[in-house]
Amino acid sequence: MFDPRPIKLTVNGKTIEATVEPRVHLADFLRKQLALTGTHLGCEHGVCGACTVLVNGATARACLMLAVQADGCAVETIESVASADGTLHPIQAALSRHHGLQCGYCTPGVVMTLLELQRESAGSALPEDKIRTALSGNLCRCTGYQGMVDAALEILG
Amino acid sequence: MKHHDIMPAGQVGRSVPRLEGRQKVTGRAAYTHNLVLPGMLHAKVFRSTIPHGRILSIDTSAAAAVEGVHRVVTGEDLRAIVAEPYFGPAFHDQPALALDKVRHIGEPVAVVLAEDPYIAAEAARLIVATYEELDAVFDEVEAMTSSAIVHDVLKPAGTFPDLKHLVGKRDTNIALDYQLRRGDVDAAFASADHVYEHEFKSQQVMHTPLEPMVSLAAPDGDGLLIHTASQSPSFVRIEIARLLGWPENRVRVKVPYLGGGFGAKLYIKLEALVAILALMVKRPVKLSLTMEEQFFTITKHACTFRIKSAVSSEGRVTGRRCEVYWNGGAYADIGPRVTQKSGFTAPGPYDIENVSIDSYALYTNRPPAGALRGFGIPQLVWAYESHSDMIARDLGLDPVEFRRKNILREGRPHATGTLMHDAEIEGVLEKIAERMNWSAPFDRGEGHIKRGRGIAIAFKASISPTTSVAIVTIAADGCASLAISTVDMGQASDTAMAQILAEVLGLATEDIKVIHPDTDVTPYDMATLGSRSTFHMGHAVRLAGEHARRQLDELAVSLGYAPGAAYAPRDLFKKKYGMQAGNIVGVGSYIPDYTSPAPKTGLSDNITPFWMIGGTGVEIEIDTQTGAIKVLKLINAADLGLPLNPKIVETQLSGAALMQYGFTLFENMLFDEGQLTNGSLADYKIPGLNDIPPVIENHIVDARQTTGPFGAKGVGESATFGVSPAIANAIHDAVGVRLTELPLTPESIFNALRAAKSQAGKA
Repeated sequence: MFDPRPIKLTVNGKTIEATVEPRVHLADFLRKQLALTGTHLGCEHGVCGACTVLVNGATARACLMLAVQADGCAVETIESVASADGTLHPIQAALSRHHGLQCGYCTPGVVMTLLELQRESAGSALPEDKIRTALSGNLCRCTGYQGMVDAALEILG
Repeated sequence: MKHHDIMPAGQVGRSVPRLEGRQKVTGRAAYTHNLVLPGMLHAKVFRSTIPHGRILSIDTSAAAAVEGVHRVVTGEDLRAIVAEPYFGPAFHDQPALALDKVRHIGEPVAVVLAEDPYIAAEAARLIVATYEELDAVFDEVEAMTSSAIVHDVLKPAGTFPDLKHLVGKRDTNIALDYQLRRGDVDAAFASADHVYEHEFKSQQVMHTPLEPMVSLAAPDGDGLLIHTASQSPSFVRIEIARLLGWPENRVRVKVPYLGGGFGAKLYIKLEALVAILALMVKRPVKLSLTMEEQFFTITKHACTFRIKSAVSSEGRVTGRRCEVYWNGGAYADIGPRVTQKSGFTAPGPYDIENVSIDSYALYTNRPPAGALRGFGIPQLVWAYESHSDMIARDLGLDPVEFRRKNILREGRPHATGTLMHDAEIEGVLEKIAERMNWSAPFDRGEGHIKRGRGIAIAFKASISPTTSVAIVTIAADGCASLAISTVDMGQASDTAMAQILAEVLGLATEDIKVIHPDTDVTPYDMATLGSRSTFHMGHAVRLAGEHARRQLDELAVSLGYAPGAAYAPRDLFKKKYGMQAGNIVGVGSYIPDYTSPAPKTGLSDNITPFWMIGGTGVEIEIDTQTGAIKVLKLINAADLGLPLNPKIVETQLSGAALMQYGFTLFENMLFDEGQLTNGSLADYKIPGLNDIPPVIENHIVDARQTTGPFGAKGVGESATFGVSPAIANAIHDAVGVRLTELPLTPESIFNALRAAKSQAGKA
């Protein structure tokens, strides 16, 4: 019914060639075909932000993008953020240290949002309202956000 | 008391970052959501489109014909495996798929199994069911007398003695009528200087864990292995074994981390269906709900609360009558427990001589309601703390002063007759008043921007009696593993329990391995609910650690160490076995003392092992031209005993408060004749960072639970209690209108302002 199509993209720096049905969204492709399960699915409506990944360096909801749309793109997921030797990225370490997470389900999306923000800021300190606005697209039902903001302020503020 | 007085090892009381932090920030933590098994089929549920009716036919032929569909199953098909596939913690009233009748829109009617979830979803849309529609009832008060009867006959599970009298009862929607009688409330009203009577309503809302419910069952030898995002693995095992007529040891339940729970994932939800399906098709079956489907699965009780108080001219409350109606939806779930366990605290944390409570669990044709962070308490506090302010204002008393006159103090009897101990109601009230700078002048705003402030205090009794068991294994190198069935759904129970064990054994918290629930390995625990784990499992872990420690000490003495001399455990094993070999196993089992409430009066001299006390203060701003409300400051305070991990406690306080904040200001399941009209996160908003107050404070009140492990007790719900009435009280303070229905939207504020204006115009 839906003929699979070939796609070629890079995921976390690695070139991937695959065939996917046109109806498969990017999150399912990453999670099922590539076993990159750190990209979580919450609402599948593009609201909660749990599935946030970077596509060509910009945050994207992997539940709202079809895998075929990522053809030719560079995709980065949570699995690429820590160093190969296991050293946490400063954003990850700060979230853990500041208790900026509880159940951890929204956390990969939060990390990806902050990673984009950090690259955009290029080392200049960001005001708190900018950090809050950027994170307002990542819903967290557990923490009350305070530790998350504290962690982001430490790294980006 | 300082921590170091009672915690010499320094493991308890320090803000250890959560042990699984690394796994979670790298996206490598295990969730049932991620699990895939070889040969697994995906299930997709076809749901009822009418609120109440008899099933006439279910046509599955088109769905079954879709290429890639393995099988389509209806409720009647399930009977081949389980003749009576009804489950539930309080009533055996809920079928795994509808049988004979449907009782709410969204109820599971049939299920498609396919290797590809996209195919299963597509095929499920092709199922056609026909119904004979029946009259439906949606409102909890109407359900008391409605001719629409949701369940023809009541089927209590037999687990709870206070439900036994309901066996076989017909033609009623009342699933439980709980009552408490203390003193002479009629006499109190007759002799009162003032009598106040108000009615409050709270709306149906949903937990919204970001990991939607998911369960996976697989045949396992002659048994069944169930992987499930559940808060109660022991209960799932017992209930599945009951349904199948098996001994418990043929059912193995495993639970990894949960992407949030909040009460949604309690008792038994999807597990009965996947268990039966896996046995039917002899393959693993996974059912993953969407966010929308969660709204049909479990929710928080909508509630109507009529409260009436007798008050002296000095402002002492002398009598209180409470009538509480809980909208349980189509299936009882744990609603009857909410009705009773919350019901007896309905008069609030106040010292009132004469009390009468009637609390009713009602069936309606809405999606089922169960436990949600607070177990009914936030609905009660919403009413009694709004009522408190209304009385205080009418008498011209300061709201804090009015509460000071009436709160329950140490040693005084609660409505049940239980004497209050280790309950810092006063401490919570005073902490909030202090942080709000209550006695200082307050800026009331100007022009069309008005400012106000409000407070609320409350308490909750821990559910009782419940049991927790823990097993500690010391390996021959001296390291320790802790096997418990407590589920870490984000509250950091792994970390807190490791801290307790490390404290007892003199190890570092970070070196303890906590084994996640696996009912083949981890012993019984009643469930992870009601803020009970810190106290109950905390004691079990402490006892297990002490048991292991005692055996190590005895081993040391048997090997020639002087009693009390220091030793390294690894040296003991080496000496005893000649190599790195052997284990020491410590077991701890804990159940607190408890006295059941007397049947007619509801009285008990020991109603709970501990009280949770929470309170909230807010400062708000209202734009009188639009009704827009901004909460500028949110102060949370709680008595949680001594904190095992202060930072984790703070996130529990802020998280709980902001969840209730959503339930207070905007979250609302909207229905049109039983049809939910906003069942997605796009339409049902939960608080994001732009929605929350700019200033949030979380305070741990100076207290100690003398009966708790290392002075601690539960905290997961305490900060939910006071949020709704504190904000309603602040609205009244700012603009003089009183809202009695949640949520407190700009529209309802604006309408109330307009009504008040037209009233004033008439006067």
